[in-house]
Amino acid sequence: MSATPPEPAARVELRQERDVAAARIAVSRAMDAMGARALRKTRFVTAVSEIARNALDHGGGGVLEVYRLERPLRIMIRCRDEGPGIADLDQAMTDGFSTARSMGKGLGGARRLVEAFRIESRPGSGTTVEMEAKP
Amino acid sequence: MSEAASIYSVDKVLLVAIRDNITDTDIINLQEDLSERIVDEAARGVVIDIAALEIVDTFVGRILAQLSSISRLLAAETYIVGMRPAVAMTLVELGMDLPGSRTALSLSHALRSLKAKGLA
Repeated sequence: MSATPPEPAARVELRQERDVAAARIAVSRAMDAMGARALRKTRFVTAVSEIARNALDHGGGGVLEVYRLERPLRIMIRCRDEGPGIADLDQAMTDGFSTARSMGKGLGGARRLVEAFRIESRPGSGTTVEMEAKP
Repeated sequence: MSEAASIYSVDKVLLVAIRDNITDTDIINLQEDLSERIVDEAARGVVIDIAALEIVDTFVGRILAQLSSISRLLAAETYIVGMRPAVAMTLVELGMDLPGSRTALSLSHALRSLKAKGLA
């Protein structure tokens, strides 16, 4: 995963449903502070919502950190959980694959909405997702 | 009913305002409450206002599509109104164009359509 500034601009613990809304609000505020355009913000915050919900539903909770990266200016989030991990990442990224209550468009959809998407997961050691976009 | 959504009844039409901080549980509860109100009040139309929603992700999108299908089965025509342009563009990219849901730009457009069909 990538190098980040020492301190995140925001950090949200994902323990219950309300925390997914808190994650959306934290990212929305960070993007407002960067003067983000409406469509870019909507796309990125939607992707964050998918990833945060995944961490809660499949990863048993986790933590989401929001970073402001410079030169060029962009927003980055890192979402970590310590859940069971994803055995087949390619399959999980495919539209229509769902193990819970979604339509199975969440992970693949999130990837389409952002400019950079990285995922690392091993069975038994949780999942980490990083996403980046211009403001 | 939680505070995350309110249902108002006006002339056989149920107006639903969804607030931005709605959680997954809230919106599932709304689905149940709304279905019961449609039957109890013999509503012919439902208008769901999502203007307050900054984003609609795949979960909320799926519930909105289901709400439309449930209402149709209960003989109430449903309109989703107030969708922000950026939300519409994002939903299309997610591959969710809410099949089976009628949309209208605003509450007054939806009410006009319902009146024209004699449903309000």
